[in-house]
Amino acid sequence: MWKLSGLLLAAPVLWPQSPKYQIGRAPLDTDLKERDISVLAGGRGLPPGSGTAAAGKDVYSRRCQKCHGNSGQGGEEGPALVGGKGSLATPKPVKTVGSYWPHATTLFDYTRRAMPFNRPGTLSNDEVYSSSAYVLFLNGIIGENDVMDAKTLPAVKMPNRDGFIKDARPDTSARGATKRAPVPHPAKSGP
Amino acid sequence: MEARRRFLGVTTALAGALAGCSGGNTQQAAADADTEPSLLGKVPSDYGNRSPHEKSKRTYADSKTPQAGSSRTPLQDSYGIITPNSLHFERHHAGVPEIDPAKHTLLVHGMVDRPLVLSVADIKRLPSVSKVYFVECSGNSGGEWSGKGAPDAQRSHGLASCSEWTGVPLSLILSEAGIRKDARWLLAEGADACKMARSIPVEKAVGDTLVAYAQNGEAIRPEQGYPLRLIVPGWEGNINVKWLHRIHAAEEPFYTKDETSKYTDLMADGKARIFTFDMDAKSVITAPSGGQKIAGKGFQEITGLAWSGRGRIEKVEVTTDGGKTWTAAQLQEPRFPRAFTRFRMPWTWDGSEASLACRATDESGYVQPPRQVLVEARGLNSNYHCNAIKFWKVQADGSVTNVEA
Repeated sequence: MWKLSGLLLAAPVLWPQSPKYQIGRAPLDTDLKERDISVLAGGRGLPPGSGTAAAGKDVYSRRCQKCHGNSGQGGEEGPALVGGKGSLATPKPVKTVGSYWPHATTLFDYTRRAMPFNRPGTLSNDEVYSSSAYVLFLNGIIGENDVMDAKTLPAVKMPNRDGFIKDARPDTSARGATKRAPVPHPAKSGP
Repeated sequence: MEARRRFLGVTTALAGALAGCSGGNTQQAAADADTEPSLLGKVPSDYGNRSPHEKSKRTYADSKTPQAGSSRTPLQDSYGIITPNSLHFERHHAGVPEIDPAKHTLLVHGMVDRPLVLSVADIKRLPSVSKVYFVECSGNSGGEWSGKGAPDAQRSHGLASCSEWTGVPLSLILSEAGIRKDARWLLAEGADACKMARSIPVEKAVGDTLVAYAQNGEAIRPEQGYPLRLIVPGWEGNINVKWLHRIHAAEEPFYTKDETSKYTDLMADGKARIFTFDMDAKSVITAPSGGQKIAGKGFQEITGLAWSGRGRIEKVEVTTDGGKTWTAAQLQEPRFPRAFTRFRMPWTWDGSEASLACRATDESGYVQPPRQVLVEARGLNSNYHCNAIKFWKVQADGSVTNVEA
């Protein structure tokens, strides 16, 4: 998107500024309150409330452990949340909150909108802060009594924060493909 | 039974004709016709079904959490370029919600001058467009990365389908909301239980993205996002947010779970590509394909599907000798950009083993690569966006099987 952003900056206005069709209505405060759960990586949108790993241990055991295992190792119904550090460049990468996720805000956002799997949206903001804190603590990223809230959570430096790069495709040349076409796939079992 | 019925029908008609000719006992003939079984077919019905002889269906894997699962389109049974709605692949993250369209609304807010709440009825009043586009999960053909490959086209390529979508350009809705010039990204969010959400660059949103409410001439099916969904042409399926109920304009992406933890492509060096939206050119032979059997020597059309997220399909080449020689196939017209293109090639099977494959070229000049080229570029850990050339082996007995790399 980096290149597209550049294009946009150079482009003239892409949309008319006057309403044409006279449809819809302005949202009420209640519309936004009920529905707007967006969180940005810088922390905008994070709600009031707070939690620590110490408090989150209880939330985790009641609402998370059944699927994610008693220490976040994962189970049949939920992926591992912990571990995998140093595994990303190996033949068996383990992508967890600790080893892979670039932003701590994503952990809060996803837990609030989608967890627990069968009862999403039922955790209080404090429960989301504290269970997020517990998962960060299990990964060795924060301390047991570090308070996570709208200010501290976005400031957490995730281990893989710089592990993402922009899309480099197309990354196979047409020429290369044509040259190699006769070789690989059928070589073993083809005629 | 059928033959007997036909025989009875002929004799009844004959009897009637004779009776009419001779001017004899026509009352007796009418009475016979009343007591004999009707030869007529079924009466009209309020909603159609396919023939009971047709068994093609979606398949899905057993799971402890099937609500976060997928089903696959039986591409090996497909004709032309349109996927029947009942066979369109599914990918859900928290099950299919039940939504009353009279209560459903789309909230547009954030960096807009006029935040809006639009009902489904509001959206249906707006100028509409119908466009043919494929939707493909970027995890489609993920099993091909390993080189083992899946045994049939449904399991190797069935997370892709193609429909005519009807709806309103998202650009129009964003104009009405007065999106601000400094807005760069939109969050699109569904009304499913997990509120699945993805960030979309504004350039694509005001480009060809649609807010769709119909698919192949009927309302979008619940499992496809009823009553509203995004269609983001040529981009990975996950970003085509279903059950769309909120659009939030901002200056930066939101880094949701499904654009960080998932749907990012891990390279061999441990770095991961993020926001890998485009679906590259891809193709698969659907017949004869894995799991099918050619009845015997002789003419056997080779046919399949090709598509590219970067535009029109310009060429599909087919090989029957394992890639030694390639021949351009016929392409079905019209060819729509970012839609399935049906290709066909006449072939006479001589009864010996054959190795079949197809290779698509799109209008950007991109040529679908062999698996080894992809592996060299990205390693074996990227999971998503596998668009490798797919080979099928025709055995001497006519059965068609997967080819391991």
